[in-house]
Amino acid sequence: MRPILMKGHERPLTFLKYNRDGDLLFSCAKDHTPTVWFADNGERLGTYRGHNGAVWSCDVSRNSMLLITGSADQSAMLWNVQTGQQLFTFNFDSPARSVDFSVGDKLAVITTDPFMGHTSAIQVKTIAEDPEDQIGESALVIKGPQGRINRAIWGPLNRTIISAGEDTIVRVWDSETGKLLIESEKEVGHKKPITSLTKSADGSHFITGSLDKSAKLWDTRTLTLIKTYVTERPVNAVTMSPLLDHVVLGGGQDASAVTTTDHRAGKFEAKFFDKILQEEIGGVKGHFGPINALAFNPDGKSFSSGGEDGYVRIHHFDPDYFNIKI
Amino acid sequence: MADVMLLNEVETTAARLGIDLSEIDLDSIRLPPGEDFGIKSDDEDVFRDENMEFDSGFGNIIVVDNIPVVPREKFEKLEGVIRKIYSQIGVIKEDGFWMPTDPETHKTLGFCFVEFNTPQEAELALKTNGYKLDRSHIFAVNLFDDFEKYMKVPDEWAPPEVVPYTPGENLQKWLTDEKARDQFVIRAGTDTEVLWNDARQMKPDPVYKRAYWTESFVQWSPLGTYLATVHRQGAAVWGGASTFNRLMRYAHPQVGLIDFSPGENYLVTYSSHEPSSPDEPKRVVINIFDVRTGKVMRDFKGTTDEFAIAGSGGVSGVSWPVFKWGGGKEDKYFARLGKNLISVYETENFFLLDKKSLKVENVMDFSWSPTDPILALFVPELGGGNQPARVSLYQIPSKEELRQKNLFSVSDCKMYWQSNGDYLAVKVDRYTKTKKSTYTGFELFRIKERDIPIEVFELENKTDKIIAFAWEPKGHRFAIIHGDNPRPDVSFYSMRSGNNTGRVSKLTTLKGKQANALYWSPTGRYIILAGLKGMNGQLEFYNVDELETMATAEHFMATDIEWDPTGRYVATAVTSVHEMENGFNIWSFNGKLLYRILKDHFFQFLWRPRPPPFLSPEKEEEIAKNLKKYSKKYEAEDQDVSMLLSEQDREKRKMLKEEWEKWVAEWKRLHEEERLEREKLRDGEASDDDEEEYEAKEVEVEEVLETTEEILPFEI
Repeated sequence: MRPILMKGHERPLTFLKYNRDGDLLFSCAKDHTPTVWFADNGERLGTYRGHNGAVWSCDVSRNSMLLITGSADQSAMLWNVQTGQQLFTFNFDSPARSVDFSVGDKLAVITTDPFMGHTSAIQVKTIAEDPEDQIGESALVIKGPQGRINRAIWGPLNRTIISAGEDTIVRVWDSETGKLLIESEKEVGHKKPITSLTKSADGSHFITGSLDKSAKLWDTRTLTLIKTYVTERPVNAVTMSPLLDHVVLGGGQDASAVTTTDHRAGKFEAKFFDKILQEEIGGVKGHFGPINALAFNPDGKSFSSGGEDGYVRIHHFDPDYFNIKI
Repeated sequence: MADVMLLNEVETTAARLGIDLSEIDLDSIRLPPGEDFGIKSDDEDVFRDENMEFDSGFGNIIVVDNIPVVPREKFEKLEGVIRKIYSQIGVIKEDGFWMPTDPETHKTLGFCFVEFNTPQEAELALKTNGYKLDRSHIFAVNLFDDFEKYMKVPDEWAPPEVVPYTPGENLQKWLTDEKARDQFVIRAGTDTEVLWNDARQMKPDPVYKRAYWTESFVQWSPLGTYLATVHRQGAAVWGGASTFNRLMRYAHPQVGLIDFSPGENYLVTYSSHEPSSPDEPKRVVINIFDVRTGKVMRDFKGTTDEFAIAGSGGVSGVSWPVFKWGGGKEDKYFARLGKNLISVYETENFFLLDKKSLKVENVMDFSWSPTDPILALFVPELGGGNQPARVSLYQIPSKEELRQKNLFSVSDCKMYWQSNGDYLAVKVDRYTKTKKSTYTGFELFRIKERDIPIEVFELENKTDKIIAFAWEPKGHRFAIIHGDNPRPDVSFYSMRSGNNTGRVSKLTTLKGKQANALYWSPTGRYIILAGLKGMNGQLEFYNVDELETMATAEHFMATDIEWDPTGRYVATAVTSVHEMENGFNIWSFNGKLLYRILKDHFFQFLWRPRPPPFLSPEKEEEIAKNLKKYSKKYEAEDQDVSMLLSEQDREKRKMLKEEWEKWVAEWKRLHEEERLEREKLRDGEASDDDEEEYEAKEVEVEEVLETTEEILPFEI
C-alpha cells in the first residue's frame, strides 16, 4: 500500500512510539513539539507544547493516559495524553536523552547526557499515580559509562536496566542497587557507538543498532549475543516485527557526509532482515534523508519511520508481505 | 644478550644446586666469542635484517685521498680549497670537514673526511674521483662506507664455493588448481588478502592474508608468478606453491613506483628525493633489478628534468613507466624518451643499443608493439606547420624506419596497439580550418601485412568527440565511444570487411549509451560498456559476435572494472575514492551478479594474471568447436556443487531455525514463570501482552431479500 506521508515536524525526527493498542503514534523531533497521530490514517491528533529544546524520546503508559518525554532542554516531562496538559517536569543538569516506563508504569528510567562537566547518568524516577503527588527526586542514579547513553530500558520484571550508548558496550544493571551485573564482551559487541535499542514485545530479547553498520540481537536475561545483521550503512534505528520473524534497520549516511545528489547514495532505506537467517529480504524506500526512528505497530501489520527529512511515513503492509518465503 | 640476574637470585640458585659460590672465580668464566655468545638466533627476521641495513649512518661521508701534505701554517688554506671544491657539489655539514694531522710533525696526512647533509650528495661527490688538483695530486675519493667493504677483500683468491642445487618451489602451482579457479588480491584497510574466486560456491575462498603487507600498493608480475609489495627500504616479491613466501628483496630506499618487464625478468624501481635546497631540482633514482637474482643490472640517477619528457611531464615531473619494454615477452629491449632522442637499451649488456640513442628531432611520444621489436613514435608539427607532424615505425635493433606517415594541422596524437601487434591505431586530433576547434580521425596501420598499409578512418560524424577507444584483444575489431551529449554512441568496427580483408567496415552503432569506458574480455567477443564516475556505475554486457546486449546492470558508484585473465568473470569495485559503497562485485561474463563483498577503505582489486596458454591456436579452435564434448564433465561438476550448496543451505537454515526455536521456548517458559509477578507489578491487571483482550469474530449474516419462483419449459 502507498505509505502515508505525515508532515508535521519542522525538524528531523528523533523517535517514534506506538501506544499498546496500536491506534496512536507518538513522534518526537528536533523541533520542540512531540506530536500524536492516528496510527491508522495518519491524521494529526494533537501536539504537546512546553519543551524548549529538541525532544529525544518518549514513552506512553500502558493505559495510554500518561506520556513522558525527554528533551535537550534538560528536562523530562509528564503529559496527559488526552488533553495535552503538562503534568510534571523533571529538571536535570544536562539534556535528557532516553525515557522508558517500567512494567506497571510506576517507575521511569531516564538517561542524561554528559554536559558541562556532568557525566552521563541513568536516573530512576518513581511515577506517582496522582500527578499531584509527583516528586522530582531520583530513586536511583547510576553513573559509569563513558560518553552518551543513547538508550536505557527496563529488563524483565523491572529487575534490571539495560543501557547502551557511545562507548559501544551494552550493560545490564541491577535496578535496585545500581550495581553493574553484566556487560557485553568487546570481541562480540559493536565496534562503534550504539544508536538505538529496542526490545521485543515480551521483553525477552532486544536489538541494538550501531554506527558500525550492524545490528545485534541479544538475550535480555543473559546478555548472550544471538544474531548479527550486517548492512551497508550506519544504523540509526532498529525495530522488530511482533508478528513475523522480521527485523527492520533504518539509517543512512550521516547527513553531513552525503555529498552526491543521488538519493540512492545515502541508501535511506528501511531494510528488512529475516530475524533467524540474518539475511536481507527487502527494503522500503522513500525518505530523502537518513532514517532516525522506526517503530512497529503492536499488531505487526504496519510500521512507521521517521527521517532526517522531517517526515513520518506509515507503511501498512500489503497482504503479500505476510506470505514472504525465503 | 645475557639477562642480568640479580645477585641474590644467583645465590639462591647456587644454594639449591649445592654450589659454594666462594669457590668459584667468576672472572674465569669465558663466554664464547661474538655478540651472540655462539648461540644462533632462530629469529629469521633479526638474522636477515642485518643485510637490510641500508643506512649505517656514514653514507654521507666521503674520504678524499691524495691531497697535498702541508704543514700547520698552510692547513687553513688547503681546507679552504677543498671546501670550495665540495661545497659546489653539496652542502657540507657543520663540523663536516676533518683533516687529521700527525701529532708529532703537525703536518697533514694527505687525506681528509667530508660529511654532507645527504647520502645522495656524497654519492655525487664521488665524481671528483680523479680530480687533478695539480700534477702530483690526483684525488682518490671513496665513500666512507665502502672502506669496510674494500678492507674485507681477501688477499688471496679462493675458488668460490659451489652451492649445491636445491630445487625451488613450484611458483606456478596456482595454475594447477583442480577447479581451475583464478586468484585475486585485494587491499582494504591495513589488510592485504589473496583469495580464490570460487564462483561455483558464490564466494571467495581465502588463500593468504597479512596486515601491513605493503606500505603503499601491491602489484602482480605480468605473468602472475610474483606479487610485489612496496616498502620504505625497497620492493619485495612474494610467491610460492602453497602460500606466499618472500622470494626476493630489492633494496631501494623510498621506492615510490615499480614496473615489471613483460616477461617478468626485470623489475624497474623508481624513487624521487627532495633536494637539499629548494632551488635545485628533485633527484631521481631508477634501478633495474634482475627479478630472480635480485641483482641491480643498471641504475640511473639524475634530476627530474632529465627524466621528465617534453610535453608529457605531468604533475610529478615524471611519467611512469619511464622505461618502456619492447620486443614482447623476451624482455630484449627497453627504451626511454629523451630530448630529441629515444634511448634504446639492450638487456644483454644493459647498454645503449649500438652505444647511441636514436636521434629524432622533437620526438614527443613513442610506444612499442606488444609483441615485436617495433617502435612507433610521434613527432609534432614544427615551424608553424612548415614541417608536418609524423608517425614513424622503427625496427629494432636495425633502427630502420619501416613506415612513415606525415600528418597536417595536428594538435595531438595517441597510439593504440592491438594486443597481438597486428594493428596500430593512431588517433589524430586535427585543427579545423579556423584553428578554433579540433576533430578526430584515425590512421590504421596493418603491421603484419606487406609494406604496412595505412588506412585513414573517420567517423561518420567527424566532429564527434572520442571518449574511448579499445581494440578487441587478439581480435580484429575495435570499439569507440563517441559523441558530445551525456548519452554518447558506441560503435563497433572490424578491420576486415566481408570478402575484402583489407578494409575497415562498420559492424553497428548503439545510440545513446550511458558509457564512458570500454572493457573488452581478454578473449575478445564480449565487451562491457561502462558508465563510471559521473555515470554512477552503469554496466552493459555486450556480445559483439551476435551484436546483442546480454545484460544491463549497475554497480552503484563503481570506479574500477577488471576482467579475470580467462574472461570468465568480471570484477567491479568501488575503491576508497568514494567514502561509501566500498567493496567489489563479481559477475559472470554475461552479466550475472555472482557475489558481492563490502569492505571499508577498499583500495585495490587485482586479478592474478596467467601466462599465455601452451595450446596452439589450432588446438584452441578444435576445443571451441567440440565444446559440448569437453564441457559435459564440468557441467556435471557444476550441478553437483550447486546440489551440495542447496543441501548445505537447507541444513544451515534448519539448524538456525532449531536454535531459534530453543530460544523462543526458553523465553516463553520464563515469561510464563514471571506472569504472576508481572501481574503484581501491574496491580493485579491480568492481561498480558500476548493475550488478546478483544477477540475478533467473523460473523456471517445471511439475509433473504426476495424469493421468486419461475417455471421454465423443459426440453429434451
